[in-house]
Amino acid sequence: MARLTTRSALLVLADGRFPAGGHAHSGGAEAAVKAGRIRDAADLEAFCLGRLHTVGLTAAGLAAAAALGLDPYELDAAADARTPSPALRTAARRLGRQLMRAARAAWPDPELDALAAAFPGGAHQPVVLGAAARAAGLGPEDAAHCAAYETVGGPATAVVRLLGLDPYRATAVLARLAPVMDEVAARAATAAHGGVDALPAASAPLLDITAEQHAAWPVRLFAS
Amino acid sequence: MHLDHGHSHHGAVSADAHRPDGTRRALRIGLGGPVGSGKTATVAALCRQLRDTLSLAVVTNDIYTREDAEFLLREAVLPPERIRAVETGACPHTAIRDDISANLEAVEELEDAVGPLDLILVESGGDNLTATFSKGLVDAQVFVIDVAGGDDIPRKGGPGVTTADLLVVNKTDLAPHVGSDLGRMARDAAEQRGELPVAFTSLRSAEGVGPVAEWVRERLAAWTAAPAPTA
Ligand SMILES: Nc1nc2c(ncn2[C@@H]2O[C@H](COP(=O)(O)OP(=O)(O)OP(=O)(O)O)[C@@H](O)[C@H]2O)c(=O)[nH]1
Ligand SMILES: [Mg+2]
Repeated sequence: MARLTTRSALLVLADGRFPAGGHAHSGGAEAAVKAGRIRDAADLEAFCLGRLHTVGLTAAGLAAAAALGLDPYELDAAADARTPSPALRTAARRLGRQLMRAARAAWPDPELDALAAAFPGGAHQPVVLGAAARAAGLGPEDAAHCAAYETVGGPATAVVRLLGLDPYRATAVLARLAPVMDEVAARAATAAHGGVDALPAASAPLLDITAEQHAAWPVRLFAS
Repeated sequence: MHLDHGHSHHGAVSADAHRPDGTRRALRIGLGGPVGSGKTATVAALCRQLRDTLSLAVVTNDIYTREDAEFLLREAVLPPERIRAVETGACPHTAIRDDISANLEAVEELEDAVGPLDLILVESGGDNLTATFSKGLVDAQVFVIDVAGGDDIPRKGGPGVTTADLLVVNKTDLAPHVGSDLGRMARDAAEQRGELPVAFTSLRSAEGVGPVAEWVRERLAAWTAAPAPTA
């Protein structure tokens, strides 16, 4: 059956209202705010830019590959290998499972059912995101865009809540980063065509370290 | 490697009344209401009163700590494996209404881990008068306010006060000290809620949570009596 790519489906999937659990995660922003590394919109922009070129690129590659229909077991193992922090692995699987629930409700699809059955504890979120995009009739570039956007959208919302940052300025940060998101998504989608071994493996060690510390805080607003 | 297609319904979407194996799932009751009104105290008292006759579990939605979960653990109202805490990212009402995925995970994990369960209580983080639970998460909801928050709260209404399946006005023992008029609260609540029930409680008194426990038992009887799974 031919799948028609629809831009509107991408909007539904990328919408912050898509009920996939992201609202409880800050993408490392809570730890960065507490450490004084994010104090204003300029800091947020630098933080997001760093995320885009590292974990964003990696997530976008995985999502694009899953949207292409590459083997989800291999992709999930590739995601594990690219996620050294146990806390972030746990968060990624949890979010993967939450996203799976929403995706199956939105775009019922036997491939999604099979993926859910194969990973009862949840596959890595970018892998599920790519599979969800595929079920929605979207392509690898779309999935990569969605992953890139989530990489910065989550922290921007979190910083608005944590610092009372002016929401217009936070949104302007996202708008300014749009060309970078496009570029990262394009690189990721191109890499995905080269197979699992060609996927980007960029990482941000400080995010891994602070994620471990954050997970041990007794008092925090965000789950990661 | 190739995945099998379409043989599993694991993680069924939304509030299906049945578990993947076809059995009826636990009744889920949400408890919401303003900060400090007595939600955790009500949950604790309900556990103590119901745990000998029912299989129970609790999900808490703390806003920035694990205090509610830790209180319940410390008070030992249930074994620790029957209590789960969900993190809500500074937005308690989102987790019970707009994006219920983390709470659904928690209730399903509890049923998988310690089930079968008769009843799961889901406590929301303390929020404002507009916070209500999604019907995709709970089967019925209790809104807990207290007399110390001002006796004009029932009159002000709002979705919690107006539409909750049970309105609890707690801390009646404090009414004389804070000058709250219980009669007025009852009249205003009746005006806002029509036929929907209201319970006045003091968790410091002998009757305590009794009226709420009674209501929970009725809901559970209705839930169990509902038609058996068809598919
Ligand atoms: N006097 C009196 N105090 C009560 C009563 N019920 C609860 N409290 C006290 O009120 C305080 C808040 O109770 P909680 O049960 O923690 O309230 P909560 O609604 O769970 O609070 P949050 O989860 O923080 O929103 C505690 O100190 C309780 O002991 C009551 O009926 N009378
Ligand atoms: Mg509480």
